[in-house]
Amino acid sequence: MSGLKDAGHLFRFAGLFVIAFLVFLVVRGYVVPKSFGRYGHYRAAAIDEIAAHPVKFAGHQSCESCHTDIAATKTKGAHAHVNCEACHGALASHADDPTSVAPMKPDTAVLCARCHTASAAKPKNFPQVDPADHSGGVPCQTCHNPHSPAIGADTGTTTAATGGAK
Amino acid sequence: MNISRRHILILLPAAAVAWKHVLAGTPEDSPNYRMSDHWWGMLIDIPKCIGCGNCVRACQTENDVPDGHFRTWVERYHRTDWHLENPEVISPDGGKEGFPVVPAGAEGDYFFVPKMCNHCTDSPCTQVCPVGATFISPDGVVLVDQKYCLGCAYCVQACPYGCRYIHPQKHVADKCTLCYHRITKGLTTACCEACPTGARQLADLKNPNDPIHEFLKTHSVQVLKPQMATGAKAFYNGLDGSVR
Repeated sequence: MSGLKDAGHLFRFAGLFVIAFLVFLVVRGYVVPKSFGRYGHYRAAAIDEIAAHPVKFAGHQSCESCHTDIAATKTKGAHAHVNCEACHGALASHADDPTSVAPMKPDTAVLCARCHTASAAKPKNFPQVDPADHSGGVPCQTCHNPHSPAIGADTGTTTAATGGAK
Repeated sequence: MNISRRHILILLPAAAVAWKHVLAGTPEDSPNYRMSDHWWGMLIDIPKCIGCGNCVRACQTENDVPDGHFRTWVERYHRTDWHLENPEVISPDGGKEGFPVVPAGAEGDYFFVPKMCNHCTDSPCTQVCPVGATFISPDGVVLVDQKYCLGCAYCVQACPYGCRYIHPQKHVADKCTLCYHRITKGLTTACCEACPTGARQLADLKNPNDPIHEFLKTHSVQVLKPQMATGAKAFYNGLDGSVR
């Protein structure tokens, strides 16, 4: 026993160490978020927070569930794979509340030109025109229905060549 | 094996802890979305890109991206015989409002390259974060926990593709989330939704019915900077060797 007689300071030190470790564990329990480390070295709850961001583009499936006539027109034409919101803009607000949120009709002079203005940088097989030379200032929708752009295309509806105007 | 009362007393708490982790592994709120069922990537078809900038505008609308910063952008490459290795690259305002007219009779060829986060499998950006604020989600999307981020910008420097920026108001790292709030609801990303030519397609590498598998088999597809071994998941079809 003589070996431990003068070892009291060591036990006190060990006790302090144990207390400090317990304090560390308690503080850590409060400071580290609950979901930290669930999947890895990060806060798993952040995934759900990011997923909660509001949607602004409704997606063409939403549009087509109501606008079946235009969807039918589109499937026959060269714009079949152009989604509604590619031209009409983000319209989740309209899809959520169709009566009070009315979409703006896009300006074809800007819109058509954005894709179809001729440029040597565009793929060769993509239809391109020089807008001034092509129509001489006449609005695109005078001749083309944007939903099925070929001239004289069987659009199957009465909206041909009106630019979507009702 | 003889299990004594002492062994049971030791094993029970351990089993309880293990079970807690098992339960914690199914936290998704959305009932039909299981993170373990997906491994997201993107297919970018360069021969289809017309440089209209729809993706850039859609991304800014969908994700409230501040002006002058980009989660996705479009570059126009100009390759001439004299500069095959180092082509001229422009991206005015990220290509948001299109590109300047190509001068008549210009030499060489031009093409567009849409850029975005490559959602790397072994991403350099997540490895350098000192606080665990950026990470690869279990479904393969590189995300930023903006409540945890200090804004130290290590990750901005680490990204070999220049896909991150410090948000000017929030002062934290910001980047493409692959529209995580959309893909977890069964929608495609805003850029894919807005692309008029199908030059971008969201790909789920864990879904055997996803057309990405057939496309990868039948096309010559590359990733950017393969020598960096980042495991990039933005797959480029028709990528010219001069693209950096």
